[in-house]
Amino acid sequence: MSDKLIQIQINGKEYEVPEGSTILEACRKAGWHVPTLCHHDDLTIAGICRICVVEVEGWRTLQAACATPVAPNMKIHTYSDKVRLARRNILELMLADHYGECYSCLRNQKCELQKLAYEYGIDEYYFGHKTERKWKVDESSYSVVRDKDKCIQCNRCIRTCEGIQTVGIFDKVFKGHDCTVDTFWNHPMRETICINCGQCINRCPTAALKEKNETDLVWEAIADPTKTVVIQTAPAPRSAIGEEFGLPPGVCVTKKLNTALRAIGFDKVLDTNFTADLTIMEEGTELLMRLKKALTGEDCIKNATLPMITSCSPGWVKFCEHFFPEQLDHLSTCKSPQQMFGALIKTYVAEKMNVEPKNIVSVALMPCTAKKFECNRPEMHDSGFKDVDFGLTTREMGQMIRETGIKILDLPESDFDNPIGHGSGAGMIFGATGGVMEAALRTAYELVTGRPVPFKDLDIVPVRGMDGVREAEVKLENVKPEWSFLEGVTAKFAVAHGTGNARVLLDQIKEGKSPYHFIEIMACPGGCLGGGGMPIPTNLEVRKARAKAIYAEDHAMDIRKSHENKLVMELYKDFLGEPLGHKSHKLLHTHYTPRGKKAVDPKGSV
Amino acid sequence: MSTPSILTNLTKGEAYKKAMAMGADAVIKELQASELRGRGGAGFPTGLKWKFTREAAGDKKFVVCNADEGELGTFKDRKLLLEHAHKMFEGMAIAAYVLGAKDAYLYLRWEYHFMKADIEKAMAEMHALCPEVHFHLNFGGGAYVCGEESALIESIEGKRGEPRNKPPYPVTSGLFECPTIINNVETFCCIPHILLEGAAGFASVGTPKSKGPKLFSISGDVKKPGVYEFPMGISLRRVLAAVEAEDTQFVLVGGSGGRIACAEKCLDRNLSFEDLPPGGSIIVLGKKRNLISALRSVMDFFVEESCGQCVPCREGCYRMLHFVEKMEKGEKVSRKELDRFLELGTTMQTSSKCGLGQSASNVFVSMLDYFEKEMVKIQN
Repeated sequence: MSDKLIQIQINGKEYEVPEGSTILEACRKAGWHVPTLCHHDDLTIAGICRICVVEVEGWRTLQAACATPVAPNMKIHTYSDKVRLARRNILELMLADHYGECYSCLRNQKCELQKLAYEYGIDEYYFGHKTERKWKVDESSYSVVRDKDKCIQCNRCIRTCEGIQTVGIFDKVFKGHDCTVDTFWNHPMRETICINCGQCINRCPTAALKEKNETDLVWEAIADPTKTVVIQTAPAPRSAIGEEFGLPPGVCVTKKLNTALRAIGFDKVLDTNFTADLTIMEEGTELLMRLKKALTGEDCIKNATLPMITSCSPGWVKFCEHFFPEQLDHLSTCKSPQQMFGALIKTYVAEKMNVEPKNIVSVALMPCTAKKFECNRPEMHDSGFKDVDFGLTTREMGQMIRETGIKILDLPESDFDNPIGHGSGAGMIFGATGGVMEAALRTAYELVTGRPVPFKDLDIVPVRGMDGVREAEVKLENVKPEWSFLEGVTAKFAVAHGTGNARVLLDQIKEGKSPYHFIEIMACPGGCLGGGGMPIPTNLEVRKARAKAIYAEDHAMDIRKSHENKLVMELYKDFLGEPLGHKSHKLLHTHYTPRGKKAVDPKGSV
Repeated sequence: MSTPSILTNLTKGEAYKKAMAMGADAVIKELQASELRGRGGAGFPTGLKWKFTREAAGDKKFVVCNADEGELGTFKDRKLLLEHAHKMFEGMAIAAYVLGAKDAYLYLRWEYHFMKADIEKAMAEMHALCPEVHFHLNFGGGAYVCGEESALIESIEGKRGEPRNKPPYPVTSGLFECPTIINNVETFCCIPHILLEGAAGFASVGTPKSKGPKLFSISGDVKKPGVYEFPMGISLRRVLAAVEAEDTQFVLVGGSGGRIACAEKCLDRNLSFEDLPPGGSIIVLGKKRNLISALRSVMDFFVEESCGQCVPCREGCYRMLHFVEKMEKGEKVSRKELDRFLELGTTMQTSSKCGLGQSASNVFVSMLDYFEKEMVKIQN
């Protein structure tokens, strides 16, 4: 879009709009609503559902507003007879090929197709309606369920998977009326190279893609008197679950959620920020050890590959396993906060609560669908049990709360439970892209120099924001004697979110051109706050609002650095020993599987 | 001045030499003077297209020849490819010269594999005469939609053959997103004739907006089917007489996406961009032919050949076929129902993404326009 303005007319009124904008952008700017379906603000233009057609004077055919640029003196009509007839017909055609009834659908009241049917007053299936399934629902994946009969072929999932994530498990197959969106050779989702990020779900207008729903299993555990059900909640869901109950994006309801979870029947409500802090202690130490070995040659750690890359995001980890299997040594061996928590719940916490680990059901409230896959990885049994039993998405929790009738927004606030119920602001910002980097720097810099990071209010602004790849550097000066090998070193960092952006940094490493020491990668655009399990819809504005809320919570915290979390220090003293120590190594660290383009683990387990 | 024809013999390479001597701008001027319009169906003025592409910004430009002759009842490009391939290549070479392009692609329909050896021979011959131009041969995979220029370009690029959003048009962003001249086989074959025989001669026949000679593939209930060359603007009556059509009920002009011309009412209409579409396919159906079966086979074709990308075409063709099946069974339909399907026809014409979808309901709409009484039992 250029700065030059051109004159156009919409519905008889004059407007000045930037040259190069689409008719849709121009209409939106002028306040005229044009319905869309295949269009999504995050995605490339498709122009295929045709619901956004408008009339342009002098043009033979109607034009797709999303795909047609404005031209000087264009006269546009957004709701003429011709336009309304076409849109009604198009909607009726889509409904004719769309299976099922709205009241038996997970996306009831949150479906874009249903919303359009309402807008256009559709009261009969004029061209018929699909009442019998043509396809089996694909429930093979731990994370993503596909219901092809509900697919309206808007291609948003294709454009998400290929365009944003550069994974590309979906494509169009066949032509004409046989055309469908499919996986390679129609393989079940579990046998594809899906990274389980769930970004396709966030952008599906209907319920053709949804998360594997595990709420019934959690209800069952809650109802079982022999089970102690423990839930940990991650920061991102707390910043967004209000959206499920009508709040605008960007309002954290952490403490009301605590009360709601207890009312639902969870026995303990714990804070994932705690293990985020723990991650910083482990990962920060790991980074320093890798640097030490690289700079001094001292054999203080086995794997000293640099740059080291974060491993909190299970979608990113699987992406790396599939697309960069030869670079898995770059990944930190630290488990994600969810899995660290899981390992501690069935060991340390069980001991403290005096409950048999086998009687604990460990639930994680996450922004993420890949967390469902992660907790099912065979290596995630270090407590001797399945460390995390269920990973619930923000949307599933919204569903559970709705079902109880609990008015979460009217509830009193309450704190997390102990013994590991307190996290720092550094743990909180894990929810936003750049947050892990910022948290790690707050701790590592202080560890090395004895001084807080040289940024105002501890806000490391260069690693924040929504640019795809961001970088920062810090010169280490006047370091403590034990870190003398770092004196004068300019430490370089990079942050990427969305695996398409991650690929840029990984390709750099592959070519031997990466200048960085430490890289944070999150699989989802925006980081966890844009996770595949978060409330729908998503777009840049929504993600920015959630990020703002998360950073505001950080500012409101009593402690904002992981190493100042007293409970974490207590845990080391009481139980773990020291970062990277023997027990930490057993419970908090993991290894990875070089998968390549093979979809299924050679052992066949996941 | 003799009647212009593109089926006469020309010395190979002469036109290319002449083009080089004239210079690119003069070639474009000559084409504009000839008033040649694209022979693929849409009829865009060729000189203008070349001018736009020449003027478009970009270091790299391409020439593409659309030989994906897939329209129902067309086989006139087949004749040109078999007997006059060098003219087509020479036309492409001249286009490349005008653009300063190095590469020219021939996109040949899958079913024309049998001519591969001859085409490659003609290609090599023409490369020897115009060594600056590298010719490439690409085969389609059998999809009708790849005759749509942007789908064809996608296909050459190795992608699924699906039409692109327009604008941008190929003149500014075509093959590999570079400015591209894409023309039909017949259009390229016209170029050497125009350059060697003069624009005035070419434009000496035709109607005010449709000039020059035109090839037609004529089939159906006629005694002498085949490829015919007539001047643009010839009347349907003369065409039918030339091929000795018998007992004609209607003529399908322009193939599956064309319109029908009822014999009783349309004999004095003419084949030109102003009147009946002169795309190339003329299928004559006699009085013994069943109207609904004919319509059904056209709808079957579109249900199969829609690329499946946009809703009005993918779903519209399918629902329309079901309605035609209902008619075929002789079931009664209400006035309202018929009107809804005619409205659907309009929606497909106005709202589909590409020319295929926009024309997929043409036969349905035009047949019901002439033959509603014969085809549908309206329930009152």
